[in-house]
Amino acid sequence: MGFLSSTVSMARYKIDGKFEEQILETVAEGLKKNMISEIDGKPVDKAVGWTSFEKPFKPDFEGSSFSIGAYLIFSMRMDKKIIPPKIIKKHVAVESAKLLAASGRDYLSKNEKTAIKDRVINALILRIPATPNIYDIFWNYEDAEIWFFSSLKSANEEFETLFARSFNLTPIRLFPYTMAELTAGLTNAQRDALSNISSTKFAK
Amino acid sequence: MLDISFAYSRYIFLGNEFLTWLWFIVENDGERLNKIEEELVSLNIGNRIVLENKINDAVETITILGDDAGLEEGIISLGKGAVVTEINLLYKSGDNEWRFTIKGESMNISNLKIPETAIVESSEEIEGMVLEKAYLYEKVTKLIDNLFREFIKLRVSGKWSESVVPGIRKWIYSQKNDL
Repeated sequence: MGFLSSTVSMARYKIDGKFEEQILETVAEGLKKNMISEIDGKPVDKAVGWTSFEKPFKPDFEGSSFSIGAYLIFSMRMDKKIIPPKIIKKHVAVESAKLLAASGRDYLSKNEKTAIKDRVINALILRIPATPNIYDIFWNYEDAEIWFFSSLKSANEEFETLFARSFNLTPIRLFPYTMAELTAGLTNAQRDALSNISSTKFAK
Repeated sequence: MLDISFAYSRYIFLGNEFLTWLWFIVENDGERLNKIEEELVSLNIGNRIVLENKINDAVETITILGDDAGLEEGIISLGKGAVVTEINLLYKSGDNEWRFTIKGESMNISNLKIPETAIVESSEEIEGMVLEKAYLYEKVTKLIDNLFREFIKLRVSGKWSESVVPGIRKWIYSQKNDL
């Protein structure tokens, strides 16, 4: 459910801080440094990084391709290799049987079982292709606001970490308290009152 | 500003109170809605309301679904102490219509359906499409911000306990008595 989908979900963020200068160049540098890397055929089970909004499987941040009008638009890609537990179980059983036959023993030690499982997982991770998930990001730099097109908790957490690492700016999730503090234009007296409120009972 | 994760838990009730107030305003105070959003044609409850009632350690969840669903169950739940935790809204402005759901706890917007935009036929047209969609999404985020701003200013004022909560109670019990 990305930016261009017919139905979308979004979480909103306020960005704490601004770049000193050269906004587009600084954003491009952050995007390039943390661009998604392909993990198919590699002994890695997960990768998270930036990718292009228009070409998520061929990321390219040259020539400010991520800038449209006054806005910045790009995507976060999260590639994950998911091995079904039953496949792991099957391969562990096969490998265990081989080792038992070769050693002539009736049982394997705990360390041997762990080593077999690790070996099986590492071998499967090399062979299994990663499943990509793409989440679009729309950044209104002037208003210091970002729309992240997913309300999945895990995706939002990955985004917050990746964003802070890439741009050295903190994305602050907009939920009721932060909206009150950051977007509602409360006076100091109203902020003080906010710090003392507790929940209302609407029923008698 | 407070630590974010502490503030999330400390003020978890705030979003649910906002949605409960919003339901009340939608049903009873069109004039206020028109002041909050000048271009508003209408704002109505859509096809989903979720309410939650915490009784001791147990949580009772009431979900009302469907375009023509009666909201009586919801009113009864409010009378028993529930609050709205999720609401689907139908927003009309000019000739356009938006549908979306707000979750009180996180203020996440889900199932957001904006007015139809032109179909993109070439990559050159994507730029225009992005700007058009951004404008249409922003109509919703601005509406939510304006509604929330109105709510929070009332919520931290004396008016909340003096007149707003009694008004909401009156509405709940007058509706309940009519059922």
